[in-house]
Amino acid sequence: MAHEVNFECDGKEQRVAVDDPGMPLLYALTDLLGLKNPRYGCGVAQCGACTVQLDGVPIKSCVTPVSAVEGRKVLTIAGLGTPKQPHPLQTAFVDAQATQCGYCINGFMMTAVAIVRDNPTASREEIRSGLSGLKCRCGSHMSILRAIESVTGADT
Amino acid sequence: MRAGAIDRRNLLKASGAIVVAFAVRGFAAQGAVAAERGKRQPLAPDQLDSFVAIDRDGRCTVFFGKVDVGQGVQVAIAQIVAEELDLPLSAVDVIMGDTAFTLDQGGASGSYAISNAGRTLRFAAAEARRVLVERAAAALETFESLVETGDGKAWVRGSPERALTYGELIGEGYFETPLTWNGQMGNRLDARGKAVPKSPDQYKVVGTSPPREDIRENVFGDQAYVTDVRVPGMLHARVIRPPVVGSVPLAINPQSIARFNGARAIHERGIVAVFAEREWDAIRASRVLEVQWSEAPPPFPDPEQLYDYLDSAPTERSGDEESVGDFDAVVAAGERVVEARYEWPFQSHASMAAACAVADVKDASATVWTGTQKPHAVRTGVAKLLGLPDTNVRAIWVRGPGSYGRNDAGDAALEAAFLSRVVGRPVRLQYTRAQGTGWDPKGPASIHRCRGLLSSDGWVLGLSLLSRGFSRMDVAPTEADPRDTLVGQLLGKGSNSQAAFAIPDEPYEPAAKRFSWETVAPLVKTGSSLRTGHLRDPVGLQINFASESFWDEMAYAASADPVAFRLRHLKDPRAITVLQETARLFGWKPRVAGNPDDSGETVKGQGIAVCSRGDTLCATAVEIELNRRTGRIRPVRWAIAHDCGLVINPAGLKLVIEGNIIQATSRSLYEEVSFNRSNVTSVDWMSYPIADVTDMPDRIDIALINRPEHPPGGAGEPAGRPVPAALANALFDAAGIRLRRAPLTPARVKAALEASDEAQANAA
Repeated sequence: MAHEVNFECDGKEQRVAVDDPGMPLLYALTDLLGLKNPRYGCGVAQCGACTVQLDGVPIKSCVTPVSAVEGRKVLTIAGLGTPKQPHPLQTAFVDAQATQCGYCINGFMMTAVAIVRDNPTASREEIRSGLSGLKCRCGSHMSILRAIESVTGADT
Repeated sequence: MRAGAIDRRNLLKASGAIVVAFAVRGFAAQGAVAAERGKRQPLAPDQLDSFVAIDRDGRCTVFFGKVDVGQGVQVAIAQIVAEELDLPLSAVDVIMGDTAFTLDQGGASGSYAISNAGRTLRFAAAEARRVLVERAAAALETFESLVETGDGKAWVRGSPERALTYGELIGEGYFETPLTWNGQMGNRLDARGKAVPKSPDQYKVVGTSPPREDIRENVFGDQAYVTDVRVPGMLHARVIRPPVVGSVPLAINPQSIARFNGARAIHERGIVAVFAEREWDAIRASRVLEVQWSEAPPPFPDPEQLYDYLDSAPTERSGDEESVGDFDAVVAAGERVVEARYEWPFQSHASMAAACAVADVKDASATVWTGTQKPHAVRTGVAKLLGLPDTNVRAIWVRGPGSYGRNDAGDAALEAAFLSRVVGRPVRLQYTRAQGTGWDPKGPASIHRCRGLLSSDGWVLGLSLLSRGFSRMDVAPTEADPRDTLVGQLLGKGSNSQAAFAIPDEPYEPAAKRFSWETVAPLVKTGSSLRTGHLRDPVGLQINFASESFWDEMAYAASADPVAFRLRHLKDPRAITVLQETARLFGWKPRVAGNPDDSGETVKGQGIAVCSRGDTLCATAVEIELNRRTGRIRPVRWAIAHDCGLVINPAGLKLVIEGNIIQATSRSLYEEVSFNRSNVTSVDWMSYPIADVTDMPDRIDIALINRPEHPPGGAGEPAGRPVPAALANALFDAAGIRLRRAPLTPARVKAALEASDEAQANAA
């Protein structure tokens, strides 16, 4: 009855066996593969804490069936860069001390990575509109925005 | 955290579970370290070794009895300790939140991290330096007065080349030094040695802005949260709450979920839970488990009548009144009376995620991993719930989704422990979003009646403010008593409800004032989704919304500028300074009446409000953009002057202030718990909307007023307090409408605009 799903996650081949292909990707990543992120926030695609990229597109892993990632590439925040070779946004988030509790970071980081990739000189308004709908409960939006604007030059 | 510090203190690795040590500096060395503190048990508040340790390599470990909920207090604590010990900041590690290593300094609460816990650690670090100097004097055969210290070393004045390191001075030993302890635990704990801490003019580390290192871990996906804790043999659990508050489970059908790989269910008194080896099975089982619930009469009043209910319900308790001057005489003499009534809704913590906890309960002991702000309270609460001695329970704080008072984290910790005992295995309990928003303790709804007596020449002769609301302590600020937790109440432990509200903390000095409060009884005694407790700056926002809106109303009634009018009634130089500095930073445009503008769809307004909270003062001004068609308010820019005494970490403080302003903006403009007669109906981010990135201002200008001569106050809450009134005052300026009911939602603003337009049309 087990249904096998093969996919790449942060550059590594992964295989999970599930009895329900409709199980959200989130639980494959956290419960089956033991990754520390993404994180459960709402389970209904309203907050972004579970965000990963699927073939470069930010998705909410809490509502994406694991079967949908068969043969595709999943990228989590841990696969974005390393302290020695950071993604520019990772550096920017550290420099801006961008988060408070930090639980929300997957949504803002993984979405911002796509925004900056597609529009390296995104304006303040374009960044805000691209991040619309993501939740941060601590109110650290301003420092998150500063971090992203420092990468696109929207702060100058 | 470097391993050396751990080894030195006989910290032994335990197996199989994540415990997090918090490195203030140094990315490579942090990580999951499971630890048992060796021969220094039990921790004693009158012993220096309970607070500060130094290892033979000279590294310093601070045992901090609070936690950081995202504001970086561990960095400030490390700065304070490094300063007093003449250590480089990079040599200081802070351990917090594990009851095995830290004393109860109150957990995260009341904005006391720096003012209270920081004070004890300042004295402890100064005492540690004094003992090291004493030892150095003996080792170097000199007088203590001739010993100098720096960079973790001690030497005889003039001979720095013969320095001894702190590591050499402490060797394998401990400080073995008593402190004078005030006999209190929690926030009131105060312990001091003989040493006198440095005077602020000597500070080199305090007042600088080193960053948080945990943010680096987080952005590389390497930070463990409580949701990441895994224990061998662990089961995933979900709980099921009643559809109607007061309804109880009569029976469950475990067969209805057996198909999910053997998922199991339990039913004990008011608790229904499912368990599975895999999380998805637990989730699926929780959705379909057949539960038979008792019929229960809908317990809540009509939500449309909430404020009438607060008016008419019997008074449960009248609080202490603060009276200054002869108010009744002023009433008789007052030439002009201004009156207004303000209303504030129930609000939810609605943390970024619903609470998660992991518990491993054995026959005679328990370990609980929790995101609570108050791990020592979890230890006590779990011990009481399970009938174990406190000493047999260990609570380990692991960072969770941010919390802002008494959220659902403590409930989850005790409930996980209960479930682990029932099933005899470690349990990871994750509440759902709907449970997190729907069933967390709520900030209380309230009404506030203000009355001002003005003289003909524009002075406030008398001011009264009566707050009347649900208690801020229907459930206590901690989970140390199971009766204050949902699981305890659903298990029939009863209620521990206390009736409490608060009076304004105002800097103004009119000739007479009378401040008081009343509470009405909880709507339901136990097991209520509208039980009320501490939400960030407990009842501070609602009272300030009333009092600072009212100061604006009085100013305009006196045809005075709101800033000038407030200044007229201030004597405290710190209050005067924050107000003047805010007005200057903002570019305040004085006016003696609202400045409504109906020239276009989008109009602007300015508002200001003042906050005094404990030893901290601030004033905040905002420019808003009001869309007259949609009723939406967007703050365009904020200015705030903030005086919390001595500033430890200016850059970190500014981020804390920003977070306060943004979160309070969300509470002011959007947040309101919705409910029907049966239960809470705001259960996710659609039904409980919060501010979004598109609501953000263009900028927040912050002036930190550093007062080195004044001990640090708190900064975790004050900057949010004046936000609701500043926004309401700006709305009045922009549109001439005074909204006295929060939140100032687009729908409410739009309705008020339409009513105002209609009134004007009728008058014309």
